[in-house]
Amino acid sequence: MAGAGGGGCPAGGNDLQWCFSQVKGAVDEDVAEADIISTVEFNYSGDLLATGDKGGRVVIFQREQENKSRPHSRGEYNVYSTFQSHEPEFDYLKSLEIEEKINKIRWLPQQNAAHFLLSTNDKTIKLWKISERDKRAEGYNLKDEDGRLRDPFRITALRVPILKPMDLMVEASPRRIFANAHTYHINSISVNSDHETYLSADDLRINLWHLEITDRSFNIVDIKPANMEELTEVITAAELHPLQCNVFVYSSSKGTVRLCDMRASALCDRHAKFFEEPEDPSSRSFFSEIISSISDVKFSHSGRYMMTRDYLSVKVWDLNMESRPVETHQVHEYLRGKLCSLYENDCVFDKFECCWNGPDSAIMTGSYNNFFRMFDRNTRRDVTLEASRESSRPRASLKPRRVCPGGRRKKDEISVDSLDFNKKILHTAWHPADNVIAVAATNNLYIFQDKVN
Amino acid sequence: MAGAAGPGTGPGAAGGDGDDSLYPIAVLIDELRNEDVQLRLNSIKKLSTIALALGVERTRTELLPFLTDTIYDEDEVLLALAEQLGNFTGLVGGPDFAHCLLPPLESLATVEETVVRDKAVESLRQISQEHTPVALEAHFVPLVKRLASGDWFTSRTSACGLFSVCYPRASNAVKAEIRQHFRSLCSDDTPMVRRAAASKLGEFAKVLELDSVKSEIVPLFTNLASDEQDSVRLLAVEACVSIAQLLSQDDLEVLVMPTLRQAAEDKSWRVRYMVADKFSELQKAVGPKITLNDLIPAFQNLLKDCEAEVRAAAAHKVKELCENLPIEGRETIIMNQVLPYIKELVSDTNQHVKSALASVIMGLSTILGKENTIEHLLPLFLAQLKDECPEVRLNIISNLDCVNEVIGIRQLSQSLLPAIVELAEDAKWRVRLAIIEYMPLLAGQLGVEFFDEKLNSLCMAWLVDHVYAIREAATNNLMKLVQKFGTEWAQNTIVPKVLVMADDPNYLHRMTTLFCINALSEACGQEITTKQMLPIVLKMAGDQVANVRFNVAKSLQKIGPILDNDALQVEVKPVLQKLGQDQDMDVKYFAQEAISAVAQRLRKLDFPVKGSEEPSAPGADKNHFLRPRGPGEDTGKGPAHQLHVNTRDTLAQLGTAELVHFSRSRD
Repeated sequence: MAGAGGGGCPAGGNDLQWCFSQVKGAVDEDVAEADIISTVEFNYSGDLLATGDKGGRVVIFQREQENKSRPHSRGEYNVYSTFQSHEPEFDYLKSLEIEEKINKIRWLPQQNAAHFLLSTNDKTIKLWKISERDKRAEGYNLKDEDGRLRDPFRITALRVPILKPMDLMVEASPRRIFANAHTYHINSISVNSDHETYLSADDLRINLWHLEITDRSFNIVDIKPANMEELTEVITAAELHPLQCNVFVYSSSKGTVRLCDMRASALCDRHAKFFEEPEDPSSRSFFSEIISSISDVKFSHSGRYMMTRDYLSVKVWDLNMESRPVETHQVHEYLRGKLCSLYENDCVFDKFECCWNGPDSAIMTGSYNNFFRMFDRNTRRDVTLEASRESSRPRASLKPRRVCPGGRRKKDEISVDSLDFNKKILHTAWHPADNVIAVAATNNLYIFQDKVN
Repeated sequence: MAGAAGPGTGPGAAGGDGDDSLYPIAVLIDELRNEDVQLRLNSIKKLSTIALALGVERTRTELLPFLTDTIYDEDEVLLALAEQLGNFTGLVGGPDFAHCLLPPLESLATVEETVVRDKAVESLRQISQEHTPVALEAHFVPLVKRLASGDWFTSRTSACGLFSVCYPRASNAVKAEIRQHFRSLCSDDTPMVRRAAASKLGEFAKVLELDSVKSEIVPLFTNLASDEQDSVRLLAVEACVSIAQLLSQDDLEVLVMPTLRQAAEDKSWRVRYMVADKFSELQKAVGPKITLNDLIPAFQNLLKDCEAEVRAAAAHKVKELCENLPIEGRETIIMNQVLPYIKELVSDTNQHVKSALASVIMGLSTILGKENTIEHLLPLFLAQLKDECPEVRLNIISNLDCVNEVIGIRQLSQSLLPAIVELAEDAKWRVRLAIIEYMPLLAGQLGVEFFDEKLNSLCMAWLVDHVYAIREAATNNLMKLVQKFGTEWAQNTIVPKVLVMADDPNYLHRMTTLFCINALSEACGQEITTKQMLPIVLKMAGDQVANVRFNVAKSLQKIGPILDNDALQVEVKPVLQKLGQDQDMDVKYFAQEAISAVAQRLRKLDFPVKGSEEPSAPGADKNHFLRPRGPGEDTGKGPAHQLHVNTRDTLAQLGTAELVHFSRSRD
């Protein structure tokens, strides 16, 4: 793999330099479990950035308007709203604890001045409204300005309240709760381009919901075998096509992706396309099946391609070619020799996500040791960067990192054995239009931008 | 408006000083901002009272501006507000000022909640009629244009519903503008807006000049019907119905039919489903000639569609389709072009399709007449009566009356019986429940002899079903049978069997006897009730299970009106009095209820109850003089239904004194 690219990072034709912008979250070494970020998502305009954590909270950051007087502070993200989306629950019928951890957040296309998002834990999906309020009503009939009650017999005239401006207040209110439709853990939600439906996927089933109807959903995929002992694969992720409202894909633990067309029939048990790369028999091992499991699938913004992430690589598929991916990028091939120990510490089951940049020319996905990887699809160059507090001076450029696959270690290289496997970057997000990325490193959220010349 | 009590006899009533009738209004105004949603809702619902008290001037200048900005509230409050404002014209000073209501409704028309938006649009449509033509162009049309070109799609979707109300009354220049706005919404970027436009297309077409329909609406319709999103395309099918009604046959053939044909073969099953679902409307709209040439072949395809949902929707329409065919030649068309496809569906792989067909197929017999029914339909009915899916069988049985009229039910009875028996013993109680409900109908058509011979035992068996809902339904069924077959039949066949159960070791069965008596007594009349049923009920007053005893009390209350005074006085009264002193609280309670009911009937007769001077505990029954004696009696721990009585009282109070409760609670 051409890991020796220069100091530049991909995205666009010219190499661009990424630099630090902000870091959110506590500095402490001790990380509270509840603070670990479990999902990151920009909204359609990129002005808002939402994170969910294992404590069931959703934090929304808003991009500040460009400030002429302070050109260097362009586009900083500051907290806009924080709310508790999910609480821990207990399912008494099944004696199961339901964690509050936010598995996924998806924004809805903006429909009026308020913003809407869907957040989900293992079982329940909620629709939240985030709205602003800058006026307050004043003037009561039965109370004075200072709240003292008036004598009811001395009311001689009626007062109608008057609205006065007040400090901006951001409110988050739950609008709908979509519950009781999933027996297994929800791994994906995806909003449809028709603006009225969305899908939710768990390990064995995919349901289609209407955004306004909470008491009914349609099951569109069910791969549960009659006998659970015959279970050989599970659904790992699902997404709706960004433009065609009838097309969706779902990936499986066997490394395959099925594309379904909802026009063809009400139940999509039969797929329209089946994406699978034939296995290379020479590299077959005990771990083959585990590492081929797909942890994330994402359509490109254009809707022409999709990207899948498995344990060691990220692949780009042309929707018109089912037989093999058009690109395969190795994320951390140097771990292939360490699968045994990664299996023992369960790391091999980590679910790395992946994302596209706005023009679909570059992709990003995470690795260990707080490293994350970017691949430029045009120049075929890639880079490894690190999210760390050490280089968190404002506007500091990110230096590319290199991992030495073994043998003699060159200067500036890091040995595979010294990688920290507890520091994993699973969730990343790329601004839909600009070169701004958000990278979740355990309990910290890093925001990087390209360097402006 | 109900709330007009109080001050508002005329506008400007708010001026009076020290007028304490202002107080309730003041409360209402303050509660527009109460933290409790219920109180806010309450205030909004009395908005007319507030407006009346403020007078038209202050309503316009103060109340409406305030309401315009209250769109932060809960949906139910906004919904109520949107509804109120639709009837507010009189309160702002009449039609001349109707435009004052536009700003608050405009802001409500942009909220994200569809129900609120729709209600705001509905109110706007209402108010538009109250505008003078001048005001319409000065105020209403600009509002529609603003909404139609709004940044957010919620406002644009709302605009779609307003074009048709202002178009007919606008000048020609404005009309052209309105059409232009509608056109651009039909090709909006967001599917939400295109859907809203598509669903209003038909309505808009109706108010347009015929030329504009042909030159403008038809192209829009064609575009929407080939939209990339199937959720838009399927709405175009609905618009098709309205547009088709406006055009001549020739125009229809050229302008609409190509699109409709395309929709019936759309790639997306949802669009085809919509065609199937709207089939009768389409059929009526396009007329008989096109129906024969185009719709029947399309319908054949829908009946054999690859998607079960589509087949089921089409199957549902079979009867209506056949009914609406021109009488002349109808039979031939059905026999040659529809029936062959129906025959296929009888053995469809999908049970929803089969059950959809079963729910309408019987209706064909009246259309096709006796001979065709016997020759062609009967074999299908018989096959369906043997279907593996209970719903199919049930649907056939529930529509037997149609066949009965044509060929008589006897033709079917041989196959009917096994089907009924099987359903009657189905493992799913809902299936059993469904067949019970058809029993009276079946009994009426099969006749008393057949019933006694074959079905009576089933009806009795249900009385001891282990599911309560079945026993309850079985009881009601008996009542309906008695109404049908008469008291003599009841006395001979039903009553003895019911009464025997009074000695059953299972107390649930003993209670069933009581429930049956409750249901049957009225239908059976005084004699049977007094002579046969009453003794059994009275005997059961000594039952060891309290549930049976209090049901005895309830039964006595229930059958009381049927008995004569003698029986009440001599037989019922002592037993109830005894039950009134029962150990069990619930038995006592229901005995009291019964006593007071019976006492009412024997108004003149003396019901001596001692200890009636005792002060009654709060929440106790109103007829406290009927309360049973007993010194150490704990009045506090009444059974739960006492609470119920209590709430009812409170609610009644609230109901009669809507406004009064404010002042009282604040003293």
